[in-house]
Amino acid sequence: MRYERPTTLQAASQLLAKEKGSAYVLAGGTDLLVRLRTGFIEPDLIVDIKRIASTRTIAKTATGFKIGAAVSGAELGENAALKKAWPGVVEAANLIGSKQVQGRATMTGNLCNASPAADSVPALVAAAAKVVIAGPKGKRTIPVEQVPVGPGKTSLKKGEIIEAILLPKRPARSGDAYLRFIPRTEMDIAVVGVGVSLTLDAKGIVTAARVSLGAVAPTVLLVPAAAKAIIGTKLDAKALDALAAAASAACKPIDDKRGTKDYRIKVAGVLAKRAAKIAQQRAGGK
Amino acid sequence: MPLDNAESSTRKYKVVGTRPNRPDGVDKVTGRARFGADAVAPGQLVGLILRSPHPHAKIKGIDASKALKLAGVKAVVTSADLPDKTDGDAMLYDVLVNVMAREKALYQGHAVAAVAATSASIARQALKLIKVDYEILPHVTDVDEAMKPNAPLLYPKMITDGMDPKPKKPSNVVRRYEFGHGDVEAGFKKAEIIVERSFKTEATHQGYIEPHACLANVGPDGQGELWVCTQGHFMVRDTCARLLGMDFSKLRVTASEIGGGFGGKTTVFIEPIALALSRKANRPVKVVMSREEVFKATGPTSSSSIDVKIGATKDGRIVAGDATLRYQGGAFAGSPVEFGAMTAFAQYDLDNVRAVGFDVVCNRPKQAAYRAPGAPMANFAVESVIEELAHKVGMEPIDFRIKNAAREGTHSSYGPVYGPIGLLPTLQKAREHPHFKAPLGKNQGRGMACGFWFNFGGQSCVSMNIGVDGTVGVTVGSPDIGGSRASMCLMTAEELGIPYDKVRAVVADTGTLGYNDVTDGSRTTFATGMACIMAARDAIKKLCARAAQIWGIPEDAVVWENGHAKPAGSNAGNFPPMSLKEIAAQAPSTGGPIAGHHEFSADGAGVSFATHICDSEVDPETGFTKILRYTVLQDAGKAVHPSYVEGQFQGGAVQGIGWALNEEYIYGKDGRLQNAGFLDYRIPVCSDLPMIDTVILEIPNPGHPYGVRGVGETSIVPPLAAVANSVSAAVGVRMTELPISPPKLLAALEKQSAMKKAAE
Repeated sequence: MRYERPTTLQAASQLLAKEKGSAYVLAGGTDLLVRLRTGFIEPDLIVDIKRIASTRTIAKTATGFKIGAAVSGAELGENAALKKAWPGVVEAANLIGSKQVQGRATMTGNLCNASPAADSVPALVAAAAKVVIAGPKGKRTIPVEQVPVGPGKTSLKKGEIIEAILLPKRPARSGDAYLRFIPRTEMDIAVVGVGVSLTLDAKGIVTAARVSLGAVAPTVLLVPAAAKAIIGTKLDAKALDALAAAASAACKPIDDKRGTKDYRIKVAGVLAKRAAKIAQQRAGGK
Repeated sequence: MPLDNAESSTRKYKVVGTRPNRPDGVDKVTGRARFGADAVAPGQLVGLILRSPHPHAKIKGIDASKALKLAGVKAVVTSADLPDKTDGDAMLYDVLVNVMAREKALYQGHAVAAVAATSASIARQALKLIKVDYEILPHVTDVDEAMKPNAPLLYPKMITDGMDPKPKKPSNVVRRYEFGHGDVEAGFKKAEIIVERSFKTEATHQGYIEPHACLANVGPDGQGELWVCTQGHFMVRDTCARLLGMDFSKLRVTASEIGGGFGGKTTVFIEPIALALSRKANRPVKVVMSREEVFKATGPTSSSSIDVKIGATKDGRIVAGDATLRYQGGAFAGSPVEFGAMTAFAQYDLDNVRAVGFDVVCNRPKQAAYRAPGAPMANFAVESVIEELAHKVGMEPIDFRIKNAAREGTHSSYGPVYGPIGLLPTLQKAREHPHFKAPLGKNQGRGMACGFWFNFGGQSCVSMNIGVDGTVGVTVGSPDIGGSRASMCLMTAEELGIPYDKVRAVVADTGTLGYNDVTDGSRTTFATGMACIMAARDAIKKLCARAAQIWGIPEDAVVWENGHAKPAGSNAGNFPPMSLKEIAAQAPSTGGPIAGHHEFSADGAGVSFATHICDSEVDPETGFTKILRYTVLQDAGKAVHPSYVEGQFQGGAVQGIGWALNEEYIYGKDGRLQNAGFLDYRIPVCSDLPMIDTVILEIPNPGHPYGVRGVGETSIVPPLAAVANSVSAAVGVRMTELPISPPKLLAALEKQSAMKKAAE
């Protein structure tokens, strides 16, 4: 097994593109090293991207935030501006693992691990986040929800690396939230996860919303019908019930060791309501 | 030797009952302590084990030729390297078969071969090169399924023992047990209210943080050494030596520090394999289990299926109790259903009681002891019915329990008549406790349960050496799994009359002392502690003799008081008292080293009872249960080190809460374990729990000089029922299957609301 630490994206991309065996990108390593140690993977090449400067910074830009692929959860949690603009995204990322894991784990790694239960992904999808991908043919930008294509599988091509996640600028009176259900209180994996992002007008009416669900399908889902159920409302009881029904209807879960189909469908609706109320409050609504 | 223990209730203790730091504490918090995987020997090899992917399969052949050709592979071991030397000992034969599969793989994870290689990566590669020819057989993993007439049989010739008449057809039922007294049928005829329910519990793992690990080193002269993480290194020595055909005295076993055991390290798994590999490779071999191996191939506890029926009169007197318990203990005989049947009703004073147990085999790993083995599941079933029955009678559950509680003189459900016991005091203290009167809010409920454990004595051997500087070394053979070295030092210091910090206890290897039983059955503070007290008394006799010699008076004219030798009276002579230190300083010129020793098999372990109270809150929309408040009240006889007694109370409660709410072995239809890791096998994390409140009661055990009772196990007996009663109270639905995981609880709530709607 070779271990490389290139300092430019081009070099990293070339290493990955040229490797004939199995090649993996290492950022925080909180998924990769566990899989390596348990013998689940046997890499021929590991490319550590932490020496590439652009992967290590959170930049406030004219269009929002650019979060480097190797920025840790702890660094997200310490960035006041990011936390203020996107509390739901930061809380989702900070739910992953333990304090120690937070010192290493990255949102981009969480995204590329392509688990349907990844905590930060529903929040990023609800936030309409995009990713900047660097590859042998240059850079491209795609929506976050297009990265995972199935459990453990991404749409990235050979030699491609995600450089950064882009979060848009927030209009006034906007808020987001992420809630997950776990049987314990921490150090666990989502049985259901829900991300909600919304914007209110001066009267408190929802003018824009995005709702996403985790752990209820092979990939994280964006659920336009759930968003539609609350746009134009003040999140009254009827709108919340419609939101819950739409969220539950979108679920395509399986029965597994973490929960039953019925359970996931029911709880997706419950959490959607609760997350929407938190997002509403953060947007300055009641 | 009869004990004159009248002193235990009146004696004023100087050291016992204080809370000094433990002697192994600094090493453990600084990382200096050496655990199972921390040993290193020159030239050591890495040992890895190939395990069956199938829950039940015939092994038609094993071809290791390719693995043996791989550079760096020094030995491959299969069952052919472990010929049967068990000489008709069925239990030992089961250990042998569990250590390495012979004709059949009996569960997923069953060891089938092992390699020793110069590196972990070579060993991993070698495992892949071993070809095992399996013929897959039908499997069964559920206890009720395993008892059905058409179930796949693990042992096609096994006829159930303990049945009258003897069954003609083979089955997966190993044995039937029955305990009780009186006439249960007649008792139920007198009953005015009867509650009858069926329960299920899933298997749980002890969840010790340290995986099994050992370093074996067998030389060409047939002598061997083994460094191992275990609860009993003498047991490891005897078992391994018998399986491998070695003389006991030629195998020296040293117990490492231990990162938890809870009963799961009271047998052998990897140790005979490591020794066999080392013997074959003529090199030291280290074997360290992964967490996945720990889950799949060590001993969780049994899963169970239990029916309980209890009847009472309207005035709240229980007139009959009946239980049928079915425990699967994995692929081998020996589930703790016997203990389940014995303990089920042990907390009550009953005229008519019966508990029938069935020991059943399944295609699961061989169960191992887990803290009060067999008792928690039985207690869950009985105490759930007791709570419900109390409500139906119209009594507060605590008053109902007090009315029917076992007390001194009660003919226990498992046979003996109780001496002085502490159940009623725990119930009375529970009623006075602020927890019991605290208000409850919406979706919140309170439950309680009482539990019992026998406790054990057993063999202990202790040496005590007094240094010329007046400090004392205590050599014990009981691995310290819960702070026992601190307790040994406390009791030694108390007896000798010297400060705690002048005594140091070490756990010695098997070459140093006589046989010591495994640290289990809550026996160590009681039995090894008593051996320390006796060894100190032996040393005191010798100290007095030296003082007599120095003073020139008869030995029996010297007494020991407050750490000093004194003339017995004025006619014995007028000498100032001599301290232990002063006598020790003169040892070289008065006859040489001074030592005390004691070896015995301790009887008189006092039973221990506890009452637990639990408050919980349920989120009715998700089925999530939060434990709000939890209190343990237990009889410790005498708390030698109260902090560690409290730790045992809290630890048992926490493991029981995990068992009740989320811990479970989840098997797929393919008979494979779905959650062999700490992510999906959910033991509680700190933030899941409130601070567990504890109340220590001290009702002296007449069988110990200080009145000590074992405390390590009783604490896991009541929490399953206490939590289930609390959750059932919070939601108004009786929960009869553990764990009460959120999907299960939400489904029960929805069923209830559907039934309510249908009724309207």
